[in-house]
Amino acid sequence: MSILILADHHEGQLGAATAHVVAAAQQITNASGGAIDVLVVGENVAAVAEAAAQLDGVTRVRVADHAVYAHQLAEQLGALLAALADDYSHVLSSASTTGKNVLPRLAALKDVSQLSDIIGVESADTFQRPIYAGNAIATVQSADPLKVITVRTSAFDAVAESGSAAIEAVDIVVENALSAFVGEELAQSERPELGAAKVVISGGRGMGSGENFKLLEGIADKLGAAIGASRAAVDAGFVPNDMQVGQTGKIVAPELYIAVGISGAIQHLAGMKDSKVIVAINKDEDAPIFQVADYGLVGDLFEVLPELESKL
Amino acid sequence: MKILVAVKRVIDYNVKIRVKPDNSDVDLTNVKMAMNPFCEIAVEEAVRLKERGVASEVVAVTVGPKAAQEQLRTALALGADRAIHVETEAKVESLAVAKLLAKVVEAEQPQLVILGKQAIDTDNNQTGQMLAALTGLPQGTFASAVKVDGDKLQVTREIDGGLQTVDLSLPAIVTTDLRLNEPRYAKLPDIMKAKKKPLDTQTPEALGVEVASKVTLLKVEPPAERQGGIKVGSVDELVDKLKNEAKVL
Repeated sequence: MSILILADHHEGQLGAATAHVVAAAQQITNASGGAIDVLVVGENVAAVAEAAAQLDGVTRVRVADHAVYAHQLAEQLGALLAALADDYSHVLSSASTTGKNVLPRLAALKDVSQLSDIIGVESADTFQRPIYAGNAIATVQSADPLKVITVRTSAFDAVAESGSAAIEAVDIVVENALSAFVGEELAQSERPELGAAKVVISGGRGMGSGENFKLLEGIADKLGAAIGASRAAVDAGFVPNDMQVGQTGKIVAPELYIAVGISGAIQHLAGMKDSKVIVAINKDEDAPIFQVADYGLVGDLFEVLPELESKL
Repeated sequence: MKILVAVKRVIDYNVKIRVKPDNSDVDLTNVKMAMNPFCEIAVEEAVRLKERGVASEVVAVTVGPKAAQEQLRTALALGADRAIHVETEAKVESLAVAKLLAKVVEAEQPQLVILGKQAIDTDNNQTGQMLAALTGLPQGTFASAVKVDGDKLQVTREIDGGLQTVDLSLPAIVTTDLRLNEPRYAKLPDIMKAKKKPLDTQTPEALGVEVASKVTLLKVEPPAERQGGIKVGSVDELVDKLKNEAKVL
């Protein structure tokens, strides 16, 4: 048994997600042993490979470093993975937008199913995954010769960084005439990424406007928190979609999650209910969010938020 | 341009699901069903492209039980011209659905296929990507904007941390994200008219696709219930609890 992990990286940095995926891979190999290789695909990604080589449990880092891979387009990554997959029993990636874009393509090319978003490993072929927005947990067993799996990173603790795996080049170049990168617009922020933040503070429809999200910023700065939003706030146009926490947005599980003016629709709870400590601030004392909150504060957020900021 | 749009019959998104007492699956008996929300967005986008004169025909397709005809009629009421029902009572997983859709693509030769990015029952987020791989077509997943420009398609994609724009050669596969559009509601006269629109029925056998999967569902359980905590009376008490009890500050 051996496992290949597609590394997440952006702007020359290894994504935090990959250390969690290695942890999931270790649970798969624990039973019977086996190698864990990490594949880094991109252009000028030597530093990413170095960082991946330090992850505990990694046997080897394979690097496909070429201009054609600069934007990690699915058409090429899928084909590259398919060319490498025959040496492996499992191919894993995080359930990032890159992983979700690429791995189903690989699975179809190899004529196998894909298991999405696993949150538990029972054995090398049996896994837990949430269905129906996390309102049910399915245990599934795959008899496919190759298991293609995306991993919900919040369900696995990251491995440490004390390793020194070998780094080897992969010289397969996949050309692509079908799709071309045009541009990227990334939210510029000094704050941590939603998926990786230890503290998340999110606003809902109760915020009233996008302007009022400023009330969250001071608190976020003091706590080193990422700022999120409910789907209701996104649908109302207060904030962009990439801030959305929920079934169809980001799934987060920080140490501390503060929900402000969020009623607690199933859709939203699916994205944050695995947080360690949940705080809810809402003026409606019957809001369902209080049923999952460790600490609830009933009050007007326009009074509570400035006071909270001043007392942190 | 011909557009093929795939739809799925799923549990209505407002329904709170129940797990069967024997843990074999989720209980769907007497539960309200509807078109998957992301598929509604896919239908809406296809219909808008037709209204703008970019598309000439919109064909809706589903893979599912007899009752899934309801969702095809909904798609027809929303503006699709005709429908194809690949009828099967079997539980069909993403890979088999993608194989069936690939056969339909081969027969229909659409310039564009639009699907929802994920179904809210299995939450897989796979079928569009798999269809793209099987047909050898480019993919624009999690789309928040789609623009046809000659023989190219420009797709803006929702990615972690922001937006990415790609150019795809046509034909191409697109999967929809929430912000692509806001779907309309079907009007009563359109619902009546939809009953007369053509609906062609096919079977997996006739299309030569084996739908059995190598993945077995062993059990389904409700998630661990999170216990509600306490209400605090003031910001001071909240900060104190977070510092001294939860120790997260």
